[in-house]
Amino acid sequence: MMPELGKYAGAVLSAYGASLALLAALVVASLWRARRVKRALDRVEARRDGTA
Amino acid sequence: MSALLLRDLRLAFRAGGGFGLGLAFFLIVTVLVPFAVGPETALLSRIAPGILWLGALLACLLSLDRILALDFEDGSLDLIATAPLPLEAVAVVKALAHWLTTGLPLVLAAPVLGLLMSLPGPGYLWLTLSLALGTPALSVIGTFGAALTVGIKRGGLLLSLLVLPLYVPTLIFGAEVARRGAQGLDPQAPLLLLAGITCGTIALLPFASAAVLRVNLR
Amino acid sequence: MGSIWEYANPRKFMATTDVVLPWVAALAGIALVVGLAWGFFLTPDDYRQGSTVKIIYLHVPSALMAINTWLMMLVASLIWLVRRHHVSALAARAAAPVGAVMTLIALVTGAIWGQPMWGTWWAWDPRLTSFLILFLFYLGYIALWAAIDNDDAAADLTSVLCIVGSVFAILSRYAVNFWNQGLHQGASLSLDKEENVADVFYQPLLVCIAGFVLLFLALVLLRTRTEIRARRMRALLARERMG
Repeated sequence: MMPELGKYAGAVLSAYGASLALLAALVVASLWRARRVKRALDRVEARRDGTA
Repeated sequence: MSALLLRDLRLAFRAGGGFGLGLAFFLIVTVLVPFAVGPETALLSRIAPGILWLGALLACLLSLDRILALDFEDGSLDLIATAPLPLEAVAVVKALAHWLTTGLPLVLAAPVLGLLMSLPGPGYLWLTLSLALGTPALSVIGTFGAALTVGIKRGGLLLSLLVLPLYVPTLIFGAEVARRGAQGLDPQAPLLLLAGITCGTIALLPFASAAVLRVNLR
Repeated sequence: MGSIWEYANPRKFMATTDVVLPWVAALAGIALVVGLAWGFFLTPDDYRQGSTVKIIYLHVPSALMAINTWLMMLVASLIWLVRRHHVSALAARAAAPVGAVMTLIALVTGAIWGQPMWGTWWAWDPRLTSFLILFLFYLGYIALWAAIDNDDAAADLTSVLCIVGSVFAILSRYAVNFWNQGLHQGASLSLDKEENVADVFYQPLLVCIAGFVLLFLALVLLRTRTEIRARRMRALLARERMG
């Protein structure tokens, strides 16, 4: 299944590897922060509803 | 306006006012470069215009946070803002004061330092001219950067990061004028573009600086 | 379907994106997988560039998005300055890191492609240089957002920076062109790959571009939702301290 990349295999694979790693890092960081902020907001809102 | 200008100039010349800081930095850069790249005259005279422009730009950058930060800390900026003088004019005066205390000395010192860098003969005129035309733009852009970061503690690094990409066009055209002049080529095209950038920034950026100052003083 | 300004209401925005986001994200995933797999496994090598032509499927879409993200931030900044919609300002804030990563991908893939093709990782080619400057603009913009505590002030300041930065970015683009022609007398390296791209390469490239656009959209929606929540939380905490 792996295509014949010839003498440039290193360049092509590292380009794909680096780009996908960067994209994955961005996606994971966004998701992680989204979850963290949502949880923190829920906590604050629960506290507010409790005291109000 | 002239009262504010005189006040700023007097503060700058007073001991510890930072006058001469930029000049000293400019001197240090140009003196250290030959130690770093070697004393070869041919090489030095080839890179001289670029090094001198870079030195002047960095010296300018170094003194930017003094434009507004001290006035902001002791509250005089709030007083100036409540005065009848529009903030746009304040931004212009601040930039002018910065140019008179930093840019102009750099322009005057550049030919002397050119001597150290064995700048070729025709280069002196063009280097001085390009710096005289370009440093006002550096001051005006720098005032905008200083206005953006005035409320931030230890904003010096951020100020450099923000201003750095804004300085690129000025540096390119200014250094190009000096380089072409030094090599005896025709520097007219970059010279006109440099003048265009300077005029454009002087005309438009004070409005942006004033808008940003208003936000920061609110 | 009312006017677009209805989405300036954070509640409305949250409700709508809650439904839309999973679809956009799924579509983005599909388009990216199909486009990249098509490009990587099923296209032939270029007779001159060999297999390095496959890098185009990452390089061109990311470069496109690097510029368009800044455009989107500019539009969002203008909307914030004119109409004071918080969602707009927060969307600009949310988009900036995405744009920075896209610029970085374009630079990295360009360098990796340039190494075997031009024999150097980095050349001060006008386009490369412009992207480096664009990257600096993104960094400055993100740093300014992070440095200011007051949300509204930060939104105002970054909006002005975005507008001024746009003017200077265009200026730099032309300055850099001028500067490098001055060095190389016009005989410079050409990056105009689009000129002679054949259909075999073009079709998967289109899918990849669509994938990157959708991914950008999904990420910006997700991050804008996060920013809205973070802003609401700061407001609630401030109110708690007051009362």
